[in-house]
Formats: sequence, structure tokens, C-alpha cells
Amino acid sequence: MGRFLIQRLVHLVWVLLAVSILVFLLIHMSGDPIRLLTPLDAKPEDVERVRALYGLDQPIPVQYVRFLRGALRGDLGESFRYQRPAFELVMQRLPATALLALVTLGLTITVGIPVGLWIGARAGHAVDWVISLVTFVFISLPSFWLGVLLILLFADRLRLLPASGFESPAHLVLPCLTLSIYTSGLITRIVRADVSDVLRQDFIRTARAKGVGERTVLGHHALRNALISTVTVLGLQLGNLLGGSVVVESVFAWPGVGWLMLQGIQTRDLPLVRAVVLVVGTAFVLINLIVDMLYLYLDPRIRYDHSG
Amino acid sequence: MITAAKPVPAPVRPATRRRWPGQFHAGLAIVGTVLLLAVLAPHLSPHGFADQDLLRSLQPPAWVAGGDWAYPLGTDRLGRDLFSRLLFGARVSIAVALLSVALGGGLGTVFGLTAGYTGRWVDRIISRLIDVQLSFPPVFIAIAVMAALGQSLVKLILVLALVTWVQYARIARATTLSVREREFVLAARALGAEEGRVVLRHVLPSILPPLLVVAAVNMSNVILAEAALSFLGLGIQPPTPAWGSMVSEGRAVQSLAWWNTVFPGMAIAILVIGANLLSDGLQRRR
Repeated sequence: MGRFLIQRLVHLVWVLLAVSILVFLLIHMSGDPIRLLTPLDAKPEDVERVRALYGLDQPIPVQYVRFLRGALRGDLGESFRYQRPAFELVMQRLPATALLALVTLGLTITVGIPVGLWIGARAGHAVDWVISLVTFVFISLPSFWLGVLLILLFADRLRLLPASGFESPAHLVLPCLTLSIYTSGLITRIVRADVSDVLRQDFIRTARAKGVGERTVLGHHALRNALISTVTVLGLQLGNLLGGSVVVESVFAWPGVGWLMLQGIQTRDLPLVRAVVLVVGTAFVLINLIVDMLYLYLDPRIRYDHSG
Repeated sequence: MITAAKPVPAPVRPATRRRWPGQFHAGLAIVGTVLLLAVLAPHLSPHGFADQDLLRSLQPPAWVAGGDWAYPLGTDRLGRDLFSRLLFGARVSIAVALLSVALGGGLGTVFGLTAGYTGRWVDRIISRLIDVQLSFPPVFIAIAVMAALGQSLVKLILVLALVTWVQYARIARATTLSVREREFVLAARALGAEEGRVVLRHVLPSILPPLLVVAAVNMSNVILAEAALSFLGLGIQPPTPAWGSMVSEGRAVQSLAWWNTVFPGMAIAILVIGANLLSDGLQRRR
């Protein structure tokens, strides 16, 4: 366990280094960043002064080291647009994104696992067939379109729910629904495949032969296996979810980091964009670490130490 | 060495050949049809994709009251024919899907194969690179990079290939490691075959099937990623139609003209369903 943690931490350092290089280069990919800061008719000597002010006259490696040193102190530069520290702006928006993610996660687990267990135990029946078809469609829908359709139906036509904003719990419904239709479809499919597999295994037959009730077989043996694959898939899907939340936040004007990033993109506010990428990238790596830890707890067969 | 027991005989295989499951055929039919429509777009479309007719702005689909079969799926705000725009939009989705999968898959295969076959420090460097990049959220990174680079079809394909190549590399490396020590590879080398020939004739063909599955899974992800990028305004730029940007343009008029958002999104969903059926079929072929 100790050795595994050290390995993961070394990995973390590598990943953060890579993220920081990417994020540093983002501002240079767009051409000369100084063009974004100065008016087109600025005098050349003024342009040079601004260049020196932002340290952009230094060689690239020097600029990177300076950026890294700042980043370690939580200083990711100032947003061009808001004239405030970019890091601060991102941290302000993080809770809204976390709320959306957590409610989506909760919804996904409470729907996906029971439904997956239910149809997994009835593999091949009509109900399994119908739900499998529905979940197949669910995982094929583009999230932004789904969001737009839900707004069209529930906000524009039926006037039941608000289309955008952040004022009340009702505002959570449509964005969470949009995100969790994909994830719960996916989890249902994974759990179903898993359960129908497990139920054919010898140890289940043994359990049944011993007279263990069907409820215990499902609730204990099948569920535990289902949880492991759920954690795996959710861990793997996290990256797609993050990308998806940028899209969904922009559809519903949800004031999270995704929407902040998009606003930064639209106003060419690259310091803001790179602060979002760095913070979200770091959060992503940390969550993956937690997922790895969860495995240890859920599956006694998995041991990360190679010795013994 | 003394073997204690005879190896268990392999179960007798039925004489039938491995069959492609129904999902595979269905998926192939859908993706193939979209590909055909994309190729034939200039011949099939009743109007040019940028032809405006402001007098016919927001005309409903033909079967709705006020519709006209000259514009089968209705028109957009500028009076452009939605059906023609959908046909041309298919070109973007298909081109991005096929080319970025081919490019990402090619890159990933070369790097993964090299790492797995060469071993030592080459493997250590490539593996570290793979591990690190797998910890990146791909679509999120693609959004940031497309925003910084500026938008074009070529950039879109390159960026999507560069955020997905690791998935192929990981599988290519793992399967190469297991194939490298198999008898037929060892035999080829013992017989004096050059390394290049061993890799191309013996290793590569046996690692391709799992890579094909990765490619199929990735295809639906890439189609969805391209659609999302276009929706956010980070994909193909107007007036060239892409399905994602058509949904976003349709949002401005969605309370007046539902067909502007519904049809392009449906097109994306159908293509993704096709790609998902393909990957499902490939995975079930055992």
C-alpha cells in the first residue's frame, strides 16, 4: 500500500508537469500573445513595453520556469478580461461544477445499479431487451442536443422547469438529467453485462445450492462485482464527463468552471482558460487517485504491491 | 523437464466459421449509408448549402402545414435548405471520424508496437508518456487546444488524433508484449527473419483485431467530440455546415422552428448509433 501510494504520487508529479507544460504552451499556440493585449494600432515601443511587463520578452524556458514558480504559489496570472487573479475566479466557480457532478453521480448510481441488477438477473427476457435498447440509444445521444431538446420540451413548451441559471434546486434538474442520461445508460449496461456473467459462475451455483436466497445472491455477490465495474467505468468516464460538462454548462448557462472556460475562450482570455485547464486537470488526477483507492477497498483480489 | 500431466486438449471447435453478429451488419449499413450520402452530397442536395432565400426563412418541413417538398426538411433563419446542409454536414462528421481514427490509430499502433517490441528505455519513455496522457481528460484538452490554435478541418482532425492516440498505444503495447514471446514469432526470428519483417508480417497482424475494437469504440467518441466542438463554435467555421454547429444555430430560433435543432441532432445520434453498433458487433465476435 505504501509503495503503491508513492508510485501514484510520482505519477501525479509527472502528470502535473505535463499539464503545466501544455497549459503554458496554450498561450503561445495562439500566435503572439501580445497581439491579444495591445490594440492593433499600438506603437511598436508600447508593444515592447507590454511585452516586457508580462515577461514575454524572455526566452521560452525562462518564461516557463517563471510560470511554474507562480503556479506553485497559486498565482496563475491575471485574467485579461476581469483584471483579477485567474486562480481566484476558477475557485469561485468550482463549487457549482462539483454540485452538478455530484448530483449526476448520485442519480447515475441510484438508477444505473438497481436497473442493471434487475435486467441482468433477467437477461434475455423482454424487459431486458427493451431496457437494453433504450440504454443503447441513451449512450448515443450528443449531450448538447439532449440539453437543447429538454429545454425545448420542459421549459419552452410545458413551462415546468427553468431553462438556465442557478437560483433554485429546480435549476439543477435539466442539466443533471442531461448529464446522467448518458452515464446512467452506460452504468446500466455495464452492470447488466456483469450481473448476467456472474450469475452463470460456479460460486453462484454453490451459493444457491447451499440454499442462499435469491435476494442475497443478487444483493451480495452480484452487487459487489457490479460495484467494481461501476467504479472502473465511472473512473474511465470521468474525462468524458468533464468535457461533457463544459458543453452542458454552456447550454444551461450553469455558472461552473466549464462555462467560465468557454467565456474565456470567447473573449480570448487565455490566462483564464489555462487556469481552468490546470485546476480541472489537477482535480481529474486527484479523483483518479481516489478511484484507485476505492478498488483496494472493493476488490480484495487487487493488490498494488508487487511483493508477496 | 518432466510434465506431470498431458495438456488438456483444446475443445473441439464447431466447423462453422466465426460469424459477424447482426449488430455489426446494422452498424456497417448505417455508417456506410452516411458515408455514401456524404460523398454524393453535391449530387443529392436540391440546393447549395449556402444558398440563401430570405423570403423562405424558417419554412417548416414538407409534411407540416406551410411546408414545401422543394425544401424537404424545412429551412433555417437565412432560408437555407436544411436537408442540403445536413448532407454536406455529413462530410465533416465522416471525414473527422475516419481520418482522426486512422491517424490516431496509426500513431498509437506505431508507438505502442515499438514500445512493446523494443523494450528497455524506449518502452520506459513511451509507457510513461502513455500513462501521463491517459490521465488527461481528452475532450476537455481538445476544447482548450482548439480554442488556442484557431479552427480548421485539418486542426480538428490533428487535435482529435493527438488526444486519442494513447488509447491505441496502450492496447498495442500490451498485446505486442504478449505476442512477442509466442512460438511463431520466436520461430521466425530463429529462422533468421529480419526484425522489420518479423514485426510487419508476424506481430502486427496479430495485434490488429483488438486495435480494431478500440478504433470502433473511439469512432463514436470522436464523432461526439467533433459535434460538441462544432456546437461550441470551435469546429468547422460557417458557412460550411457541421451538424454540431447547425444545432447551435438552431437554438437561436428554437421556439419558432424546432426542425432547426431536431434534425441535425438526430443525424449525429444516428451516426453515433451506427458506430456504437459496429463496436458492439466487433466486441461480440469471438
